[in-house]
Amino acid sequence: MAQRAIREYDGKAIFSKHWEKYFSGFHYGFKSVLVTNGDELRAKAQEHGFEWLKQEALVAKPDMLFGKRGKNDLVLFRTNKPGDVTLEEAAAWIDAKIANETILLSGQKGTLTHFIIEPFTPHSQDQEYYISATTVGEDDVLYLSAEGGMEVEEGWEEKVNEVTIPITMDDASIAHLIRANVPAGIPTENKERFIAFAEQFYKFYRDQNFAYLEINPIVMVGNDMHILDLVARLDDTAGFMMGEAWCGAEFPTAFGMEDQSPEEKAIAEADSKSGASLKLTILNPMGRIWTMVAGGGASVVYADTIADLSGNVSDLANYGEYSGGPTTGETKFYAETVFDLMTRHKDPKGRDKILIIGGAIANFTDVAKTFTGIIQAFETYAERLKAHNTRIYVRRGGPNYEKGLKDIKEAADRLGLYIEVYGPETHVTDIVRMALEK
Amino acid sequence: MGALFTKDTQAIFWNNNASAIQRMLDYDYVINRVKPSVAAIVAPTSGNKFEKFFYGPDEIMVPVFRNTTDAAAAFPKADVLLNFASFRTAYDVTMEAITLKGQFKTIMVTAEGIPERLARKMNQASRDAGVVVIGPATVGGISPGAFKIANVGGTIENIVNSKLHRAGSCGLVTRSGGLFNELSNIISINADGIAEGVAIGGDRFVGSVFIDNLLRMESNPDVKYMVLLGEVGGTEEYKVIEAVKSGLIKKPIIAWCIGTIAKHFSSGVQFGHAGASANADAETAAFKNTAMAEAGMFVPASFNDLPAKIAEVYGKLRNEGIVTEITEPELKSVPKVRRKKEFICTISDDRGDEATYAGYPISSVATPETGFGIGDVISLLWFKKRYPKWATDYLETVIKTVADHGPAVSGAHNAKVTARAGKDVISSLVTGLLTIGPRFGGAIDDAARYFKYANDRGMTPAEFIDYMKKEGKTISGIGHRIKSVRNPDLRVSGLKKYAAEHFPATPLLDFALEVEKLTTSKKDNLILNVDGTIGILMVDMWRALGYSESDIDGFIEAGALNAFFVVGRSIGFIGHILDEKRLGMPMYRHPTDDILYNVEMADEI
Repeated sequence: MAQRAIREYDGKAIFSKHWEKYFSGFHYGFKSVLVTNGDELRAKAQEHGFEWLKQEALVAKPDMLFGKRGKNDLVLFRTNKPGDVTLEEAAAWIDAKIANETILLSGQKGTLTHFIIEPFTPHSQDQEYYISATTVGEDDVLYLSAEGGMEVEEGWEEKVNEVTIPITMDDASIAHLIRANVPAGIPTENKERFIAFAEQFYKFYRDQNFAYLEINPIVMVGNDMHILDLVARLDDTAGFMMGEAWCGAEFPTAFGMEDQSPEEKAIAEADSKSGASLKLTILNPMGRIWTMVAGGGASVVYADTIADLSGNVSDLANYGEYSGGPTTGETKFYAETVFDLMTRHKDPKGRDKILIIGGAIANFTDVAKTFTGIIQAFETYAERLKAHNTRIYVRRGGPNYEKGLKDIKEAADRLGLYIEVYGPETHVTDIVRMALEK
Repeated sequence: MGALFTKDTQAIFWNNNASAIQRMLDYDYVINRVKPSVAAIVAPTSGNKFEKFFYGPDEIMVPVFRNTTDAAAAFPKADVLLNFASFRTAYDVTMEAITLKGQFKTIMVTAEGIPERLARKMNQASRDAGVVVIGPATVGGISPGAFKIANVGGTIENIVNSKLHRAGSCGLVTRSGGLFNELSNIISINADGIAEGVAIGGDRFVGSVFIDNLLRMESNPDVKYMVLLGEVGGTEEYKVIEAVKSGLIKKPIIAWCIGTIAKHFSSGVQFGHAGASANADAETAAFKNTAMAEAGMFVPASFNDLPAKIAEVYGKLRNEGIVTEITEPELKSVPKVRRKKEFICTISDDRGDEATYAGYPISSVATPETGFGIGDVISLLWFKKRYPKWATDYLETVIKTVADHGPAVSGAHNAKVTARAGKDVISSLVTGLLTIGPRFGGAIDDAARYFKYANDRGMTPAEFIDYMKKEGKTISGIGHRIKSVRNPDLRVSGLKKYAAEHFPATPLLDFALEVEKLTTSKKDNLILNVDGTIGILMVDMWRALGYSESDIDGFIEAGALNAFFVVGRSIGFIGHILDEKRLGMPMYRHPTDDILYNVEMADEI
């Protein structure tokens, strides 16, 4: 789904893979390792090519998509003085971090699991620069600054040159534009080098289908480039064209996001195997109103309306949708998952549970066919649904909807379930009002 | 600007999405369109020349092409491309279409998840070329009563229920395709339906955005007010707000952004489309709804109140006389049960008063005073065209020239032997015809094929001779048993003379004569023979009649040249058969002294 963040380590690996193609003339060592605990780091140090882990002073920091690691005191670069961290100290620090929950200044909390370890790079502030690229509106924008690190974030307006590059601009014009916008603060002796690097940086960002790419700071020592801190997002829709170019980068869940529940994972797995779309997010497992909505747009308006009309967003238990012509089996599985979740906890205030089986007027999905799966799930869960005083409200239109509505009504009546069914003559979200007013 | 589509709009449909195309044609039939809205299909991997679809109770054939360029060349007035290629190829398809200058006014792209950079390039290139892109990631759009894209509106029943079969007075723009139908339904219940509607698509980068569509609707006199259904994320709604504030849009707009739920969840939950994620306050649904209300648009309190707001604005316009009563049009209905036809006939028709040959009643071609000869009848029934006199005369010349070549050739010999065995005319004729093939009569086909192949590729006569040598083939159409440069074949001389006098041009014959110069310099009897001349002049004739090279290749592959030999030589075979019957010749047995017997005892294994 569009733009997704990758780990700093993977971003650097992509740089390294393509370095010669874009940045020949510059040197980049790519001395980085990604580990999940101290022993892994110790083992890595024994491998050929990673001797530097034992020989050089190290820097260790979490690699889990969040920024401001320095301000959160999550960058290990000193024991007694900057640049004296040994392999063992880094490994011990990592083990200490993974043993406890970490709370960020932003309030996000969770357990750290991934760390990037690199050599300590002694340098001075004036060797730090800032460079990033992203898309703003329809254009690419390249941001350049003679100052890097935290400095650049304080005083962005004055310190950063923005170079707006239209999507259709040719390479010669891009080169000209970057040259014309090189930050004034770049020392003369580094100017040509910086221009050359910036130009290639943009092409790299563009060709590799990054959606966002930031190095802050990048340290330039002669032709040696040190990518000290990197943030990147890829346009994952381009994945099919990129093959090995992305070095198998994974798209981790953001730190602090609760891991998916087994039910959400099961639906996501069913979704990945199906030509149809099946999505489920649990917002509040204790919630009173559960939805099973067909179609992405409709699922949003149902969620909007429930929040608006219930006056209490915590009533809304889940968000999700099924669409694109799921099979009867897929619909049944989806329905059973929702029914199971909604009958686990009694409503704390003793109220009825509400099940919204909603949807707009389908373009081509056979409504009766998809309802067959829901009816089959009713058969299994009827008693549990009744035990929670579930009231069911159905609204749907589209191919064969009359039969679908008739079938679901008959099944519910036969099973003794409370149900109200409506077709296209009723406004799509009006069943929410009806359910809440009763 | 003005209306996006009219009742004459025709589309080229990229991908043979049979159910979507059928839905379009059903719609066309119901609303009484004169021409079907799908002119042609592009299907790169299909081997078919057409696909059959129902048009009302009957079937029609929609031509199929391998690429957009060919389809566009055949249908220069089809100015809409419905790009149903996958997210992998949709970009290339659109870019090819844009290069066809002046062809497409609108390109609809349905694929979801086209790489963002490609989508941006595609959208920009389209804007630069003055082409409206609807999508990507959309179900499309509709001009009710005129033209409907693919699956928009769903079933015919729903289309009629939602009043999408005739123009109403509302212009509808949504992002979501799923809610497009729903909105059409709401507008039909609470107002008089829509005049034009577009779902702009759910991806982050789409071609035409809200403002593009609303400005066009502002300039379309059939649109009296607009409904805009926006979404959380992005800033496109602000362009509309600016246009309303500046007076660029004066018609009333009823607007709502869905996704107000997102404000309750700090991050992580993706509500709706790829484009639907708020990066700033201004991108939230609530913020946009407030801003739109402040700009003077009609914004309901919640999505659930949208119908009431539409009824209110419509009622007001009705009272002011801006919107008037719509007379419901007569509709045709599509039969519930339709049967596909097993056979297709495109050359003659016996259903009317009198049977026709390619539209010509038989009586209008049969008798001498009609001026039609057998060559005309062949041109009608074989090629579905009325050829000019020089061409039909040539066809007749060919038939006369190949009618017979004596009793000794294999076909005539077979026919004679069969007739003498006491068999009827048909059996005897068939045994003769069955010898026609690569060795007997086939030189006409091969001469046309190889000379054309060489000429199409710009080979010189010398290169052609070398090429055939390398292929290990003798040159069909060159060489005669007896005739030579000094003793020319008068049949060939006659054909050449006729062509020189009556053909507009004979490029392939000219080429063949250059080849002949080289071959006869080696050996006197390596002349262009009668088979070669016939085949080569047939190609020149078709070229002069305006057929494309691929059409002509198609004729050769289908065996049309062979067919002239079959028809002509049948005359001779029948002559020999009748001759045998007349003579009452006995059963023929080949003399054993004319057979070399060489039979050995079989080995035991």
